[in-house]
Amino acid sequence: MSWRIWALTKSPWVYHVNVGACNNCDIEVLELLTPRFDVERFGIVLVGSPRHADALLVSGICTRQAAPRLQELYRQTPAPRVVFCIGSCACSRGIFHDAYHVAEAGPVDAVIRAVDPAATIVYVPGCPPKPEAMILGIVKALAALKGGTPAERAA
Amino acid sequence: MEALIALEVFAAGTMATLILGLLSKWVDRKVTARVQYRRGPPLLQPLYDVLKLLGKETMVPAAARGTGFLLAPLAGFAAVALGGSILWYSILVPGGAFVGDLIVVVYLLTIPSLAVIVGGMSSGNLYGAIGASREMKLMVSYELPLIVALVTVLVGAKVGSLRLGDLLAYQRAAGPTALRVSGAVALVVAVLCVQAKLGLVPFDIPEAETEIMGGPLVEYSGAPLALFYLMRAMLLAVLPLLLIVVFLGGVAAQWPGVLWGAAKYLALMVVIILVRNTNARLRIDHAVRFYWWILTPTALVALALAFVGL
Repeated sequence: MSWRIWALTKSPWVYHVNVGACNNCDIEVLELLTPRFDVERFGIVLVGSPRHADALLVSGICTRQAAPRLQELYRQTPAPRVVFCIGSCACSRGIFHDAYHVAEAGPVDAVIRAVDPAATIVYVPGCPPKPEAMILGIVKALAALKGGTPAERAA
Repeated sequence: MEALIALEVFAAGTMATLILGLLSKWVDRKVTARVQYRRGPPLLQPLYDVLKLLGKETMVPAAARGTGFLLAPLAGFAAVALGGSILWYSILVPGGAFVGDLIVVVYLLTIPSLAVIVGGMSSGNLYGAIGASREMKLMVSYELPLIVALVTVLVGAKVGSLRLGDLLAYQRAAGPTALRVSGAVALVVAVLCVQAKLGLVPFDIPEAETEIMGGPLVEYSGAPLALFYLMRAMLLAVLPLLLIVVFLGGVAAQWPGVLWGAAKYLALMVVIILVRNTNARLRIDHAVRFYWWILTPTALVALALAFVGL
């Protein structure tokens, strides 16, 4: 594992992206960042700009209008970076599966993979996932990252 | 030979400021966490943050002016490092540094704000420009009361010298300048100015994460952002240290005395952090009005008291 990834797992700064969620996941994400759950213990801090971020917390089905914006946000995030799909919609589109307004590329992971096929993507299912579930997802993702990103494992 | 010694002082001073700055950053985050009934980050968290930022990709936006964008954090960092080194030198070597080092330190410590302005303006981002303009307004507001507060001490103490070492020697003989009426008023004014210089709530108007997304820093990533992070952390060490040297009798360089100095430093830090945690962000016009119509007259009253001899 490179020292870059090690340092990343010690201080993941997150940026919150909504690409067509019903706001329920967003409320839970905000709850995750409240003093009650104290994610600063793990060095997690909410930042205001994707340039400062290491992880994108993406919620929502990824609508047709949001897809290019999500791709742009991903490109603006400096590497190494991680994408978290928060909630059933971001993971698989959930109840909006065959809706008319979803992005043609597919759900969030497909839209991201269209930009970067080797992207590191983490799935946290739930409608919405509890903050505890998100913490578990983050901890598992960090543990997996310590084994190297998929791109590094492939190389 | 002298140049070599100066270089060594600079390297050692930078390291000391860096370590103390990262520790102060941790104290800041930890006390904030305790105020909110949280546990807060581990001791090495600021170090992890810096390492991580150094390992990230550095992006220069297409609309940015590359030279200014990349040089600004370097200039700010270097200025704080130099200011910190001069401070350490005058604390550790009695009668050290040079005549007028107080002026040099005060000027060096304005460069970080200028670096933030240059960085924000050259980032080619609208939020960056708004943040830079706010930083400029804030600077115009707090610099005058800060300098009047420092002059108050010089007038009141009748040191007759602008050398930090002489000010320290005077305080060792006659007690801290903050014990005089004029000194105490000036200290309060200076602490409030330092709050703005550090970019902390209620004067974090140029950065304002929730409205202009980090202002001048919005486009920074990777190593330049790490430099700004280090610059802020070092300012968090240097500015309270400057206040201690000027108002509170400095830090003694021998064994039991250094604990007393550390206690002064921690107390000042906690005051700054508690002000930060118990206030909401002001609007820029409110901040300007506060500095111009409340703090500047207060500082002038302190100066008048010092002239009278209080």
